Amino acid sequence: MATSTRPSTPREEPVAPVRQPISTGSEWNFELIDQYYQEIKRIADEFGLDYYPNQLEIISAEQMMDAYASVGMPVMYNHWSFGKQFLSTQKNYQRGMMGLAYEIVINSNPCIAYLMEENTMTMQALVIAHASFGHNSFFKGNYLFRTWTEADAIIDYLVFAKRYIAECEARYGEDKVEELVDSCHALMNYGVDRYKRPQKLSLEKERARQAEREVYLQSQINDIWRTLPRRAEEAQADAPSRFPAEPQENILYFIEKFAPLLEPWQREIVRIIRKVAQYFYPQRQTQVMNEGWATFWHYTLMNKLYDEGKITDSAMFEFLHSHTSVIMQPGVDSPYYSGINPYALGFAMYRDIQRICTEPTDEDKRWFPDLIGKDWRKALDFAMRNFKDESFIAQYLSPRLIRDFRLFAILDDDENPQLKVSAIHDDAGYADIRSMLAAQYNLAHREPNIQIYDVNTRGDRSLTLRHFQHQRRPLANSVHEVLKHIARLWGFSVRLDSVDDKGEVVLSYECKMEKRGGFF
Amino acid sequence: MHHLIDRRLNGKNKSAVNRERFLKRFKSQIRDAVARSVKDRSITDIERGEKVSIPVRDINEPTLGHAQGGVWERVFPGNKEYLRGDGIDRPDGGGGGQGNGGSGNGGGGEDEFAFELSRDEFLNFFFEDLELPNLIKRQLRETITFKPQRAGYTSDGTPTNIHVLRSLRSALGRRIALTAEPLRELNEAQEDLDQLLETRDEHDPVVKAAMERIHGLKARLGSIPFIDPFDLKYSNRIRVPLPTTKAVMFCVMDVSGSMDENKKDIAKRFFILLYLFLTRVYEKIEVVFIRHHTQAFEVDEEEFFHARDTGGTVVSSALKLTRQIIEARYPSSDWNIYVAQASDGDNWDSDSPQCREIIANQLLPALQYYAYVEITEGEPQNLWYEYEMIAQTHAQFAMRRIKDPSEIWPVFRDLFSKHPEKAAA
Repeated sequence: MATSTRPSTPREEPVAPVRQPISTGSEWNFELIDQYYQEIKRIADEFGLDYYPNQLEIISAEQMMDAYASVGMPVMYNHWSFGKQFLSTQKNYQRGMMGLAYEIVINSNPCIAYLMEENTMTMQALVIAHASFGHNSFFKGNYLFRTWTEADAIIDYLVFAKRYIAECEARYGEDKVEELVDSCHALMNYGVDRYKRPQKLSLEKERARQAEREVYLQSQINDIWRTLPRRAEEAQADAPSRFPAEPQENILYFIEKFAPLLEPWQREIVRIIRKVAQYFYPQRQTQVMNEGWATFWHYTLMNKLYDEGKITDSAMFEFLHSHTSVIMQPGVDSPYYSGINPYALGFAMYRDIQRICTEPTDEDKRWFPDLIGKDWRKALDFAMRNFKDESFIAQYLSPRLIRDFRLFAILDDDENPQLKVSAIHDDAGYADIRSMLAAQYNLAHREPNIQIYDVNTRGDRSLTLRHFQHQRRPLANSVHEVLKHIARLWGFSVRLDSVDDKGEVVLSYECKMEKRGGFF
Repeated sequence: MHHLIDRRLNGKNKSAVNRERFLKRFKSQIRDAVARSVKDRSITDIERGEKVSIPVRDINEPTLGHAQGGVWERVFPGNKEYLRGDGIDRPDGGGGGQGNGGSGNGGGGEDEFAFELSRDEFLNFFFEDLELPNLIKRQLRETITFKPQRAGYTSDGTPTNIHVLRSLRSALGRRIALTAEPLRELNEAQEDLDQLLETRDEHDPVVKAAMERIHGLKARLGSIPFIDPFDLKYSNRIRVPLPTTKAVMFCVMDVSGSMDENKKDIAKRFFILLYLFLTRVYEKIEVVFIRHHTQAFEVDEEEFFHARDTGGTVVSSALKLTRQIIEARYPSSDWNIYVAQASDGDNWDSDSPQCREIIANQLLPALQYYAYVEITEGEPQNLWYEYEMIAQTHAQFAMRRIKDPSEIWPVFRDLFSKHPEKAAA
C-alpha cells in the first residue's frame, strides 16, 4: 500500500489493474463530481484524514474574481480597497497574465470550497482533493487554527460585520466610515494578539454584547481620562508610572479600548477589523505548511485514484501538468523568481518526512532519529497539527532538501561594502540555513516590532509608540502615512521612537494634532 | 456527508459596490487619466471602454514595514556557483535582496495602476462638468406630452385597475364592523340558551324562542357579503404634463481645398466629440450636419464624417443654408438652437463681412449659442477679425483657435464647461 502512493518509482505490479475510469472526457457534471467526491473521500478516509463536513460550490469565473477581491470570503463588508483588488484581478485575468486560482477554500464549518465552472473534470477532482480534504483537514487539525479561529462562527460574524458597517454608513456617512476603515486597515497587522487566546466569536453573543459593550467601554475610557482629583493613595502611586504599564503589542486593541475621542460605533468597527485580522493571522503563519499539506494530499490522493484505475492516463497527465507548475521553484537568478514558493517547499518537506519514515538514509538517521521506522501517516499528522511555518522548518528541513533546493544564505550588512555568502548546502551550512530559513518565516522578524509604549495622561494626551529595532533595520517610509492613520484614530498627537539594541532612541517620528476634530 | 451547490445563478456583481467606491474615491485622478488618454488619440476610439491608469502611489494602502538597511540574512534557492565566504557586489540601487521577503510578487515595480472603465463610465468621466449653455428657453410646445403617474387609490375606476389588496382590506374592515354587533348578540343568545337548557326541556316555548333568535342572528350574519362593490378600490393614475426641451445642433464644417487632411481630421474629431457629447447628455436632440466649400449641403452623419470633396470657400453659403433650415424646420419659438462651426479661417475676402452680417443680425437672435473653432497655425485672417467683432457684442457667441490635435479637448471643454455666469447672461 505504501509504495503505491509513490508513483515516482516504477510500478512493479506484474498485472496492470483493470482500468475502469469514472469518466473519460474532460466535461464535468453534478453526478460525476459526486462520484469523484465519493471516491476521493473513500481514499482520504483510508488514510485517516480528519476533516470538517464539506460543501462544494460551483461558481463562474466572474464570481471567482468577486471572491478573490473580498479576500476569499463569501461575505465581506464594502470598502474601496476590495474594488481596487477586483479591478487588478480583472485586468490580469482578461489580459491572460494570470489564470485564476483553481480553488478558494474557506476555513469554516462546513468547509466551503469553490469549484470554477470552467475547470475540467480532472481539475475539479484535483480541487476537491486539494481543498476539501487537504486544506480542510489542516484547518481542523493545526493548533493555530484550532486556537485562533472559530470555523463555526466566522461566516455569521462576517454577516454581522457587514451589516453593522453598512448601518454605520447609512447613519454616519460613507466617507466617515471609509476613513476609519482605511486607518484600521493600515494597522491590521498590528491588530492581532500573538499570545493571548481570543474569545470565541458568536453572532448571537456579539449582537447581545455590543450594546452593553458600548456603555461599558465608554465608562472605561472615562476612567483613564478622569480629571477629578484622585484619592490620595492613587496619587502617590502613579507619580512616575507609564500608561500602559507594560508595552502593548495589539495597537488596534489598545485604540479600541482607550482612544479618548472615538464614538462607540467607531470602537465597534475597530473591533470588527481587529477580529478579521485575527482570523487571518494563522493563515499568514502557516503558508508553507498549509499549502504544502494540501498539495501533498492532492498528489497522494490523485495518484491513488490512478493506481486504482479510476482516472485515465490523459487525466493523469493533465493533473501532473498542473501539479508540476504549482510546485515549480525557480532559482534566485531566474526572471521568474519571486521568493520561495510555499507550495514547493511545503510539498517537498511533507514528501521528505514520508521518505525519511519509509526509506531513511544514514544521514537521515543522524538528523531525524525520531522519525526512523515510524508510520509516515502518524508522523505527518503530528507535524501538521503541532507546528507553524517557523517551527516546522526548524524541525523538519533536512540536509537533503537543502541540497535539492540548493539553498544558500546571503548576509547583507549595510556596514560592509559587499554582500557575503554566509552558508551554502554543505555540512557546515545545513544547520545555519535551516535556522535562518525558519527565522525568515517568523512574522515577528518580518514585521517591525512596534508597540504602544506610553500615553501622556496628564498633559496633551499624546500617544508614544516604540519600534524595537532588530539588527538595525530601519522602518520603511510608509511609516509617516501610518502615523497619520494612528493619529486619526487616537485623536491626539502620536510619536514613534525607534530604539536600538541598547535601548537608546535613535530616531523619532511624529504626527502632530493641534486640536480636537482635526480628522474626524 | 457533503453538499454540492450550484452558485452560478447567484449574482456575479458582488464587487460592483466596491468597484464603484474605488472609482468614486479616485475620481479626480481618473478624470485626469481620462483626459490624458484621449489627448493624442483618434477620438472615435472613445466609443469603446477605456483603459486608464492612475499613479500607484495615490492608491497605496500604507502599512508598517522594513526598509533596506541594517543587517539582513536571507536564504535563497538555486545556488549555482557560490561557496561560503564569497563576496558579491551589491546590485545597483543599493538593495541587498533580490527578492524582498517574497512580497514583491507579480509585476512589482509598476508605478501605474491600470484598469478598464466601461464605455459608460468612461464617457461619464469624459463629459463630466460639461453642458450646453443657455438651455433655458420656453419651448413648451402646444402639444404637451403627458406621463402617467401613480396617485393613490380611488373608489371607482376600470376593472383592470382594481387593487386587490386594498379591496380585500376594506372588505375585511367592513365585515368586522358589520358582524361585531350580531356576533355579540349571538354569543349572548347562545349563553342564554345553554342556561335555559339546563332547567327546561327543549320543546319548551321559551327555549324555542331562544333558538329562533339564534337562528335569526345566524341568518343575519350569513347575509353579510364577503365582498361588496362598496369595498372595491382602484389604483389611481393621473397624467402629468411633461415640459419638453427641444434642442437642435447645427454642425457646420468647412471642407474646402485649403482644409488639408490634417485640419479636416481635427475638425472631424472636434465634431465627433461634440456629437458624442450631445447624444450622451441630451436624450432628445436633433443634429443637422452641414458641409460646405463654395456651396453648402445638408448631409447625414455618415457622409459628414467620411465623405471627401474639395473646392473653394464661401462660408456664407453654409450660414445661409443654416438660416433656411431654421426657418423651414426649427422655428426659434419652439427650439433651442445651437451652431458649431469649424473652419481654417480661409474665406473669400468679400464674403467675410457678409458672414458677420448674417450671424449677427439673422442667426444670433434665434440662437442659444454659437461656437466657432478655427483650425490653423498661421495668422488669423479676415474671417477671424470679422467674428471677433461679433464676439465683442454678443455674449452667446464664442470662438477659439486650435493649433494641433492635442488642443481639441481643452478647447472643447472650454467651450462647453459649466459657466454659471455665462448661462445667466
